Amino acid sequence: MRNSSILILFIGLTLISCFDPSKPNFQYFPDMYESLAYETYAESDGFSNGIEAQVPVEGTIPRGWEPYDYPDSNEGYEMAKSNLLSPLDISDNNLSQGKELYEIYCSVCHGDKGDGMGILAQREKFLGIPAYIDREITPGSIYHVLMYGINAMGSHAGQVNEEERWQIAQYVMKLREESKK
Amino acid sequence: MLHLKRILLVTLLLPSFGFSQEEDVQAGKALFNANCAACHQLNRKAVGPALKGVTEKYDREWLYKWIKNGTQMIKDGDPQAVAIWEEYNRAVMTNYPQFSNEQIDNILAYTNYTPPAPAAAVATSAETVSQGSDISVNIILAVTIVIFTILIVMLFLVQRTLIKIANASGVKIEPEPRRNIKPLWKAVVENQFIMFVLVIGFLLSSAYFTYGYLMQIGIDQGYAPIQPIHYSHKIHAGANQIECKYCHSSARVSKHSGIPSLNVCMNCHEYIGEYNGEEDLENGYTKDFYTNEIKKLYSAVGWDEENQVYTGNTQPVKWIRIHNLPDFVYFNHAQHAQVAKIECQTCHGPVEEMEILYQYSPLTMGWCIDCHRESNVDKDNEYYQKVHEELSKKYGVEKLTVAQLGGIECAKCHY
Repeated sequence: MRNSSILILFIGLTLISCFDPSKPNFQYFPDMYESLAYETYAESDGFSNGIEAQVPVEGTIPRGWEPYDYPDSNEGYEMAKSNLLSPLDISDNNLSQGKELYEIYCSVCHGDKGDGMGILAQREKFLGIPAYIDREITPGSIYHVLMYGINAMGSHAGQVNEEERWQIAQYVMKLREESKK
Repeated sequence: MLHLKRILLVTLLLPSFGFSQEEDVQAGKALFNANCAACHQLNRKAVGPALKGVTEKYDREWLYKWIKNGTQMIKDGDPQAVAIWEEYNRAVMTNYPQFSNEQIDNILAYTNYTPPAPAAAVATSAETVSQGSDISVNIILAVTIVIFTILIVMLFLVQRTLIKIANASGVKIEPEPRRNIKPLWKAVVENQFIMFVLVIGFLLSSAYFTYGYLMQIGIDQGYAPIQPIHYSHKIHAGANQIECKYCHSSARVSKHSGIPSLNVCMNCHEYIGEYNGEEDLENGYTKDFYTNEIKKLYSAVGWDEENQVYTGNTQPVKWIRIHNLPDFVYFNHAQHAQVAKIECQTCHGPVEEMEILYQYSPLTMGWCIDCHRESNVDKDNEYYQKVHEELSKKYGVEKLTVAQLGGIECAKCHY
């Protein structure tokens, strides 16, 4: 009798200790659960700084990445604004892709209509976001800004690839035209 | 007499002057927030310099000219203009030729304006109000306790008087005699049928709980580790409605949804250096707490807030992975989030309400299969059109499920 009550207490305690939400659960025979190869973001002693994810070697470019020649400066911006042209045709497909991407990456600040009144502006987290209509912009300058960022806006080159940047630029120009009406 | 008149005039004018000044500041604030605040803060350096006390540094006429057409001044080689342009990494300030001198005056009035300290009286009155509600609850409690004690005392008194009356009228009250009956537990133990049912019940329920315990081994549903930086999805995805894919951008195009690199944080937090939203005092999530977490981000990414530059001195943030499938399973985010257009919340739960993120779904094989059996394939997707036509004819159904398309074959996920 006494033994069994101790057993029940023991089982109860192990059950409770297994449900600590800040620790992963107990695993039974985790063969092939853990990867033998290094995981992307894992710590590792393979590199001197102890991280598995490394910055690409200088002078190399990732697959599918086209080098962008305009420098991150005022001159570069002006050059991109007047010289850089979109390789994409204006099409419904590109515009709808651009809209989808715009609503993920841009409208939180710039607003769904490009009037600078996104949710972050409405909640006064960000202030002074210009409406597209108040700025002289071209597809080239939009692409350049997405690439490098400008003033308080950061670079979005890591989040959208080249084609997607052009699609966004196309859609922004459409929004700007629409807000002129 | 003249003197008196002047005094009268001054006293008449003073309040109206104060009032109009207040209005100027309000107008200036609106203009500042709409046009300047993207690059300028009042008290700290941002893209451009802090603007508090800017009128003391520069001549007002110069400021008019600079705000209306600063680019021209730099071209003309105005020494002050060139100096500030060089100091701020040659960032060009947008020209505002549409501003009138009056509007600029309003903006400058706002930059010099120090809001009066909030009256202490307001704070104390608020305190008494909150205390007042506490007091009323306490009073109600005390009154109820007093009433109950009075009731108990009255019961005793009534009993005593009743006994007195009974004694006086010669009625004898005897306690009921205790009969010799078996205690309940003994009766139960001796009854074979009840014991049989009880034992069966005990065995079945222990089997049920043991099975339940064994089946949850290796399942991390509800796992909510404490992360090195307290990142609140409730604030970012909930209150501020930032799209999931803004930060987890690779969920659109890759197998992984990915941990956002810190430059994505800095897209907003270069500008937002402190927390000004709602507090949750019960859990200790104060404004200072959140602001301190932003500072942790700054030290990890090597951002010198005061000078608004990156120091290059970075530290990796050791985020703790929550959702982790075993290595022998293949799962692709892009296929689910982009191709099938499944909402992130379908598997990850109400992330926009999670202050601390936890694993919502069990992520077991049975859970995957269930969904594949129930979900229909998007037949408008060009890629699936042909195969959809043929297979739906074969199965005689209008809409194919993922399972019918081969979504529960072993090698779909295990290879």
